[in-house]
Amino acid sequence: MSTTQPRGGTGRDTDSLPNGPAAAAILAAGIGCGAVGILAFAGDASDSVGRLLNIYNPTGTLSGVTTLAIIIWLVAWFALNRLWRTRNLDTGGIYVAAFALLAVGFLLTFPPFMDLLQGK
Amino acid sequence: MEISTRDLVTVLHGMGFGALFMLAFSGAMAELYRMSASAAATRPSSREQTLLAVYLIGMVVLAWLTVFSGAYIVYPWYRAVPPAGVTDLSEYPRRLLLSSGRTSEWHNVGMEWKEHVSWLAPIAMTMVAYVALKYRRAITRPRRMRTAVLGFAAAAFVATGIAGAFGAFLNKYAPVRGGSVIVLMESEK
Repeated sequence: MSTTQPRGGTGRDTDSLPNGPAAAAILAAGIGCGAVGILAFAGDASDSVGRLLNIYNPTGTLSGVTTLAIIIWLVAWFALNRLWRTRNLDTGGIYVAAFALLAVGFLLTFPPFMDLLQGK
Repeated sequence: MEISTRDLVTVLHGMGFGALFMLAFSGAMAELYRMSASAAATRPSSREQTLLAVYLIGMVVLAWLTVFSGAYIVYPWYRAVPPAGVTDLSEYPRRLLLSSGRTSEWHNVGMEWKEHVSWLAPIAMTMVAYVALKYRRAITRPRRMRTAVLGFAAAAFVATGIAGAFGAFLNKYAPVRGGSVIVLMESEK
């Protein structure tokens, strides 16, 4: 990527795009990451939830955790994008929520933290 | 020189997809930062934009290949249950680790975290690629968008690093073995 061209060069104009689609994608990614953590924790904490999430036996509970998290992520992305695709939003709170959900994803997949929450 | 099919697939999962994905991060982060730096006086040419698109889409494909090959090919071998009476657990890594208090936490902490946290990377990286390619230089407007995109890219790197590091250690203590043997080279001796 060695060549650049001056401002006003080729390519479509992206400066006028509303920030809604980006906000939708970023919050949906946070929701997807949070869903991985919440479902992993639920599968670990409850045997019955763990059995429900076992949709492909060779992979076990992980199969349901990740499949469901991907579905939640994509549905959230689709819904938020439909809602925000033409809007310019004040994104501060949206991005804070996205990062909070990302942190939930990291923490609730960390086994010592899961054990702490379960009082083990 | 020979390798088993399970070894080969595990190497492909860890080195072919996972490590290549990690290696690509530095380039992606540098380019995303350069592209979105508000002081930049130049705008990427269409050729540069195409290269970035191919690079980021390649990273997304590698990220998904890593987690799917891990969860649906390697992990079932890892967690296989030995038949009754089997005492040699070398082909049953999970049971091998859990058979000793000195190695059990490699499974209870290492594998349990790795198998879940790794999925944050492709979700985050898909979003990063989508936003970067949709907005291009405009991700500086407002600055928060750039911060969010770079933050999620960094999180994807950390998640991949955790999964990769534990994967390497787990492969030291309880490698996935078995399957048919592929002879790569043979000495004449």
